[in-house]
Amino acid sequence: MKSRHQRMIGIGLVLAGVALGASFLLRAMNENILFYYSPTQVAAGEPPENRRFRVGGLVVNGSVERAPGDIEVSFVLTDNQQTVPVVFSGILPDLFREGQGIIAHGEFDQGSGNFVADEVLAKHDENYMPPEVAASLKDVHTGGGS
Amino acid sequence: MWKFIHKFGSPPHFYRLSVVLTPWFGWAAAILITAGTLGGLYLAPPDYQQGEGFRIIYVHVPSASMSMFVYVNMALAAAVGLIWRIKLAHAVAAAAAPIGASFTFLALATGSIWAKPMWGTWWVWDARLTSELVLLFLYFGYMALRAAIDDENRADRASALLAIIGLINIPIIKYSVEWWNTLHQPATISKMGKPAMDGDMLTWLLLNIAGFMCFFIAVLLISARAEVIRRARDQKWLKQALGVT
Repeated sequence: MKSRHQRMIGIGLVLAGVALGASFLLRAMNENILFYYSPTQVAAGEPPENRRFRVGGLVVNGSVERAPGDIEVSFVLTDNQQTVPVVFSGILPDLFREGQGIIAHGEFDQGSGNFVADEVLAKHDENYMPPEVAASLKDVHTGGGS
Repeated sequence: MWKFIHKFGSPPHFYRLSVVLTPWFGWAAAILITAGTLGGLYLAPPDYQQGEGFRIIYVHVPSASMSMFVYVNMALAAAVGLIWRIKLAHAVAAAAAPIGASFTFLALATGSIWAKPMWGTWWVWDARLTSELVLLFLYFGYMALRAAIDDENRADRASALLAIIGLINIPIIKYSVEWWNTLHQPATISKMGKPAMDGDMLTWLLLNIAGFMCFFIAVLLISARAEVIRRARDQKWLKQALGVT
């Protein structure tokens, strides 16, 4: 066997070993790499107890309520299966609106059962289009639904 | 079968080739990036949700994809250098590292500027952002390792091994948005089937990606040529090529 082939095999083995190690590592850390839990996972009791975590989902249409004279806002997050009620007082990001993907960081208030968030981030999706196209898509969508 | 590698690996041959090719890629980059950027800033329509703020994508996406493309090329060059003992390949890998680090920094910086108004935060430790930051540190580690070893052959081999091991981070960056819940959105243009972007916006983005690619090749040719000159400073062919006796 030529030494060149030995080096080729050696590099291949190094890569395979590193890949195997990385996959074990990432598998073991899977829970910590998850940035947020979906409402279904929350309902199943997956988030760690007595620790702050993030919930991600879509804001339910018509669920956003603002307390008069206060910046406190409450809304409901859903993944179309389960829901989580959230209260938050602070500045909402530009992209916050009903139907938008939102990630809230905080913990459950044992008394009211609300998820009390101290940080709300908007999750943007991968779709980019001009306003006219979005409007026409919406027309088609609502037209087909009625 | 592998003869061509040795022909391409000869420094005088590379030197002549790079002198010829550099202006072609340089001008192509200038034209493509000018067209893509002007089109993206003035002709592309605003986004239905993000308004004008989405236009930072014309720098962010090309630099982010180049940050990974450059790394793969750097690791491949380093592997060729290790396996075939070709010094030119090591010179190319060494020349690619600072360019890749710059693209990575640009991707992180533009992403952060966009994230503040859109997400509501400059930075989060989600899988995509964290693995891209690791890529920046891999570039820094590669350059630091090279700088720390005086003997050129040993520096070449040690840094090549680091570059190859770091290759594992590339699929992690690429698929992080699919494997885990992340704040970062999934891929827009490399999506299976139809890209999730309107054609009037996408054209300029593709022009800029092509422009960034040509820019990388042009800068790599210049930078690798400088590395070849540094390594061959005492050799006869270089003195002939430069016209000094």
